[in-house]
Amino acid sequence: MTRTGSGFSGTLGLLRLALRRDRILLPTWISVFALTAAVSAKATADLYPSIASRSTAAGAINSSSALVAIYGRVYDPASLGAVSMIKMGGIGGVCVALLSIILMTRHTRAEEESGRMELLGATAVGRLAPLGSAIAVILLANLVLALATAGLLVAVGLSAAGSVAFGLSWAGAGLAFGAIAAVCAQVSSTARAATALASAVLAASYALRALGDSIFGSPLGPGWPSWISPIGLAQQVRPFAGNQWSVLALSACFSVAVATGAFVLADRRDLGAGLLQTRAGPAIAAARLRSPLALAWRLQRGTFAGWLLAFVLLGLMIGGIASSVGDFLNNPSARDFITKLGGEKGLVDAFLAIELSFAGILASAFGVQVVMRLAAEEREGRAEAVLATSVSRTRWAMGHIWIAMCGTAALLLALGGAAGLTRALQVGDANELGRLVLASMAQLPAAWVLSALTVAVFGIFLRLVVLGWVAFAAFILLAELGPLLNLPQWVLDLSPFAHVPRLPGVAVTPTPFALLTAAAVLLLAVGLLGLQRRDIA
Amino acid sequence: MPAILVRELVKTFGSTRALDGLDLTVQTGEVHGFLGPNGSGKSTTLRILLGLARSDSGTAELLGADPRKHAVDLHRRLAYVPGDVALWPNLSGGEIIDLLGRMRGGLNQQRRSSLLERFQLDPTKKGRSYSKGNRQKVALIAALSSDVELLLLDEPTSGLDPLMEASFRDCLMEETAQGRTVLLSSHILAEVEAVCERVTIIRSGRTVQTGALAELRQLSRTFLSLQLAGPAPEGLGKIPGVHALQIESLPRALAGADHGATQLNLQVEQSALDEVLRQVTKVGVISLNSQPPTLEELFLRFYANPAIGRLTETATNAQTNAQTNAQTNAQTNAQTNAQTNTEP
Repeated sequence: MTRTGSGFSGTLGLLRLALRRDRILLPTWISVFALTAAVSAKATADLYPSIASRSTAAGAINSSSALVAIYGRVYDPASLGAVSMIKMGGIGGVCVALLSIILMTRHTRAEEESGRMELLGATAVGRLAPLGSAIAVILLANLVLALATAGLLVAVGLSAAGSVAFGLSWAGAGLAFGAIAAVCAQVSSTARAATALASAVLAASYALRALGDSIFGSPLGPGWPSWISPIGLAQQVRPFAGNQWSVLALSACFSVAVATGAFVLADRRDLGAGLLQTRAGPAIAAARLRSPLALAWRLQRGTFAGWLLAFVLLGLMIGGIASSVGDFLNNPSARDFITKLGGEKGLVDAFLAIELSFAGILASAFGVQVVMRLAAEEREGRAEAVLATSVSRTRWAMGHIWIAMCGTAALLLALGGAAGLTRALQVGDANELGRLVLASMAQLPAAWVLSALTVAVFGIFLRLVVLGWVAFAAFILLAELGPLLNLPQWVLDLSPFAHVPRLPGVAVTPTPFALLTAAAVLLLAVGLLGLQRRDIA
Repeated sequence: MPAILVRELVKTFGSTRALDGLDLTVQTGEVHGFLGPNGSGKSTTLRILLGLARSDSGTAELLGADPRKHAVDLHRRLAYVPGDVALWPNLSGGEIIDLLGRMRGGLNQQRRSSLLERFQLDPTKKGRSYSKGNRQKVALIAALSSDVELLLLDEPTSGLDPLMEASFRDCLMEETAQGRTVLLSSHILAEVEAVCERVTIIRSGRTVQTGALAELRQLSRTFLSLQLAGPAPEGLGKIPGVHALQIESLPRALAGADHGATQLNLQVEQSALDEVLRQVTKVGVISLNSQPPTLEELFLRFYANPAIGRLTETATNAQTNAQTNAQTNAQTNAQTNAQTNTEP
């Protein structure tokens, strides 16, 4: 028989299918990213209208290696775009990369794991078509994202060339991690493992550029670690500060090379197989695996371990660089800048308060993720098996909820402990440990409110449980952009994190903590009651 | 007291009426077959019996208690095998069997190992690497290795190979010998015929027939194929209980006789069998081929014709219509059927 089809036969059909599946997800994400960039640019322009005010703000960031490590360096202090996009470039780039990772796994390994790819693979679809169409989705999504972002940035008054460079730098980060996720999807045999692996590479890339920009870098440019990090490369495009177009080409070459590797792997392996094989398990369950809580722990312990490691590292970093904030104590405008970011009294305390409150919001994502897993247990039919034994609905759900609540507490404890320990060793004051543990743990009731809110949605409407992530995104945006936008207080107060005192360094009353905990308990009760009343999916 | 007592059960999902006044009675100690086409409401009924879903109206009683209010206590006394088994991808089969057994209140170690042997299941594999048949085995072993009074099985052999199906049947026989009650929802009629004493047939969320298997067999027909030495006896088609009669004259050479031989194909109800045979032997029988009534035929007849009501009388009445249907185009007769049916 003559061979008419190639490995890529059917790519276009799969692409259409993928775009149809993502017809809500993609436009939503792209709009959120482009709008966030534009709103942030507009707010900064209002905050620093003159070149002089922008220079002092940029100087405040550049003179602190702590802030350079977190955000990156401002390469043109006079440029409105460079100053206003400093947060969006690095941290925004990470979010764009995450979107690409999620998209890639969703259209490759997750499809294979579910068996749907087998159904498609039996039709006239080439072996490389699934990966080819997934890469086409990533390419399209990132280019549209770049154009939309550039367009909105021009609309709020930034320079056209810089806006295009900024949009393309985001796309560069997105494409690089789309390609990395493509390799991870070939290597791992489950979607969860593929996402975890790609996210770990993303975290390492961010850490590399933090090192490259701060310790290895100089005011002229970063050290080598930034140049081997796709996130570092995206920042070195330097939008609004020289627009280094050649760096974009470098980033594109990296993506093409990695994607080619993914195709080579895809061509060689069997459908459904990964390079990392699944190992055999025990024939008899351990004696402690006998309750819904034990089962939930067994299912979530891997995720928790990853989060715990990340939070210990985050704590060490926050504690370690807090002292360097003092480097620019003599710069009066820096004090002003930090205060505007939301801190109060005492520059180091203000820095710690900002970072710990941000980490507190991040920790609440763990709780949301655990509750999402609980919802997936039900949606994918595994709850039925448990509920058909003598386990009540409440006991089943509480197994996971305990992990969400206690896990979040453990994360914040680890964060505060790691930060406090480094700080105590640096300044030689053991009191720092207790102070920072308390400051970190102060975020707990607010984080609980978000977890409990997700439980409430899950208990009443299983299908709407994704609102947990929507609330999380809204709370992050309120905390990060709310003060810049001068939003009315009642809007800011919608976030539970707005009610947490900015610790350390301020006086504390028990009232907000009691009220937040009460709200969490109430939402939890609503969720459990709802679960009692509805049908199990 | 029956183990399961369901009366007038109604359950709607949006505008779909999944259960529409379903009745089901399962006596303690019996193996009860629960038959119905895809989407007829079998799984929904089981989910209500497990307290996973709430009924809109009607009553359901399980082991003498409300399945929703007393779910936790009742589940200690029953085991369930779902139709579509979902396992935890990163737990081994052995771990899942132990976990489910312990959460039910303990499992019999001896039976667990003998079942693993019998079903030839490797308990060290992870949930994600089992095939459909092996996933089914994990759920079956988890259910069968507990000492429970009642087994709720939703198409438990789907995906099993014929050897494993036979093993499953043996296990089920042993279970009932120990006095357990079994509700077996199934599509595999040979399985139901082999193990069930009574069956309930449902369609579109309603019970269309329920009774002992032996009784139901009487409603079904024997298929006869005969070659007669002469012309077909007069009035054969007029005997009550004779259906789908086909008469065909055979060429002399073929029949090997000098007068006209005849080929007869017909379906006969049990009540008419004696009379039919009496008539044909008068003419002389060259060959006879008979197919005994099967549950399958009964099953198909109940499913194929939407006009069949829930009462036996109506069902018998409808048989005549079903026969007409078989002979001519079903479409033109559908209307007539409906009309005839509403008359009594």
